[in-house]
Amino acid sequence: MEIPYTVSTRPDTGLWNAKIGIWLFLASEVMLFGGLFSAYIFLRIDSPPGMWPHGLLNVPVGTMNTAILIISSVTVVLAWAALKMRRYRAYWWYMLATITCGLIFLTVKLAYEWPQKFEHFGAYIKPEALGKYEQYLGNQYAEEHGLPPRLEITGHLHGQNAKEYEVALDPLNADPTNPSMDRPHFFPLPVTDKIATIEKEDVQRATMFLPTHSAYFASYFTITGLHGLHVLGGVLVFIYMWLPVSKKVYQRNPEHLANRVEVSGLFWHFVDLVWIFVFPLFYLL
Amino acid sequence: MNNPPDISQDSKEYEEYAHGVQKHVRGYLMVGALLLAFTAITVALSYVHFGTDKANIAIAMLVATLKAGAVAAVFMHLAAEKRLIYRVLIFTGFFVLALFWLILFAWYDYPIFH
Repeated sequence: MEIPYTVSTRPDTGLWNAKIGIWLFLASEVMLFGGLFSAYIFLRIDSPPGMWPHGLLNVPVGTMNTAILIISSVTVVLAWAALKMRRYRAYWWYMLATITCGLIFLTVKLAYEWPQKFEHFGAYIKPEALGKYEQYLGNQYAEEHGLPPRLEITGHLHGQNAKEYEVALDPLNADPTNPSMDRPHFFPLPVTDKIATIEKEDVQRATMFLPTHSAYFASYFTITGLHGLHVLGGVLVFIYMWLPVSKKVYQRNPEHLANRVEVSGLFWHFVDLVWIFVFPLFYLL
Repeated sequence: MNNPPDISQDSKEYEEYAHGVQKHVRGYLMVGALLLAFTAITVALSYVHFGTDKANIAIAMLVATLKAGAVAAVFMHLAAEKRLIYRVLIFTGFFVLALFWLILFAWYDYPIFH
């Protein structure tokens, strides 16, 4: 049985069916991401001073990924326009560009950004022991300069025994009273070779930068993980529409393929739209 | 139910349509360039301190909303869509705002915030 109104419009709605379908789906997606974003806001306003980390993500890489998603949004709409103008060859290339962009985005996220976080270490110091680590935290300096309190020592875990952690310090902890460390840098500074010894009994909690690290990383991994799954889903659909099987649809009725590209494009633009909010909320603010 | 005859096969009507699409392509490219420029602006603004963190957040969210609006209006064709889709989206907008209102309710209800 043929599915009705895949190409022509239904007289009562004035739309072909898939278009209503995708918009209903996107409406539910707005609620899904809306719930997660409101959780983010709630966790953030609830976090005590110094407990919401800043500058832990790689801004140039995030900016590049943002640009890649925007470019892929342009190429998918150009792919659709090419089909509308019956230029299959151009469509094929624009689709390939879109798929490539999606795959680059995912690779950067999964092979570079996330694993880098998994290797980074942070130890929150117990309030009563903060003074002991003043040389790494510079809380007196922070207070004098109106900066939030510093409760955590971060860097690469060099080694540990039953009593201590040895941490190769991040630049902020290596030189906490240097004014250039007051705010995050655009290009992340590498971990220094200055090693600090932190006694385990002074540590409130210590983890790699995993979801268990903080409300910040919990929401970061949840939202970027769900977003990444959406990118993966979009890429799989695009690959299907780029393969020769879809050329048969085009040859039978080009508008049918154009409409398929339009609805999957709508999904893709939505994924881009979500990222437009994710990027500043996690990378910049 | 069978498909009604496909109007897009009418060659004259189709040519007119294809011509219209061609005109849109330039618009898509311009919006893409604009989005890239605004991404750079968002990043640059985050390194300017506007007095309070709240001000920085408000400004970044304003720019993000403008970008999202451009994506929705142009790429997602919401600038000119059928009425039924707007009806669906009005409900979505209402419910998502309600979702964010819940934060306010929780905020004023929860003793540790006072």
